[in-house]
Amino acid sequence: MIAALADATIRLPFLLIFAAVLFSAGVYGVLARRNGVLVLMSIELMLNAVNVNLVAFSAYLHQLTGQVFALFVITVAAAEIGIGLAIVILIYRNRETINVDEINLLKW
Amino acid sequence: MSAQEIVFVVIGGIGGIAAIRLVTSRNVVHAALYLVVTLAMVGGTYLLVAAEFLAWAQVLIYVGAIIVLVLFSLMLTKAPIGREALDNQQRGIAALVGAGVLVGLVFLIQDRFNGQRVHLQPVRTAQLGVSIFRDFVLPFEVVSVLLLAALIGAVVIARKDEGPGEPPERRVPLIGRREPVLPPREGARR
Repeated sequence: MIAALADATIRLPFLLIFAAVLFSAGVYGVLARRNGVLVLMSIELMLNAVNVNLVAFSAYLHQLTGQVFALFVITVAAAEIGIGLAIVILIYRNRETINVDEINLLKW
Repeated sequence: MSAQEIVFVVIGGIGGIAAIRLVTSRNVVHAALYLVVTLAMVGGTYLLVAAEFLAWAQVLIYVGAIIVLVLFSLMLTKAPIGREALDNQQRGIAALVGAGVLVGLVFLIQDRFNGQRVHLQPVRTAQLGVSIFRDFVLPFEVVSVLLLAALIGAVVIARKDEGPGEPPERRVPLIGRREPVLPPREGARR
């Protein structure tokens, strides 16, 4: 496998455009969805787009820092989704809904 | 196009289509399954650019753990079906913003990185470990404390409240609970 990779190349814009597609889909999802779990899933999509970018530039620059930070981002995303889903379940228990546009207790 | 690029176009195409279906699907469970496809394709991208450890971490953490968490919370909350139940009224503006972000990013990428190539080099996991524990020890420790805090926080938030009005018989500890004594079955031998 290492010998096969010796002269392998891939165009950098391919990876970056893939990440851009994921990110814009995530932006659309966060703005257009009203179900709390779907909003969290869209946020995961955006974090994955950032990870793809980090890994792509890490391979492009031949430095490992991007991969290390991608690992940190995965960890923080796991923490975020755990807390987020706990909050969603708590809100569902109290309000019987998880539509984010009906939860406006803290809105002006 | 090199073989890597052909494989990546397939992987990225599937992942991108699944991502778009994820944010437009009318069924929450289907959306979660599209999320599985997207995350798996992102993992395949990591494998393709020779970030092996990250690819397996992606599969284990995202596809293994986070998806299960998402599916369980879909089961615990109501999972309505239909566009009106899942989307709000700002769909047009949201599509506009999403398309604007996509066009802007693609324009920037083509403007700056057009024709640049990534020369793939295999990354050994040992190198990654050395890099973490030599250069990024403090962020690593901070992240582990963050994970612990998130763990405790999730447990505390999602736990059912036990108010003082709760009847006391519901608070009998599990360990010392006395089982109801059943009459011995006929013919049962000691």
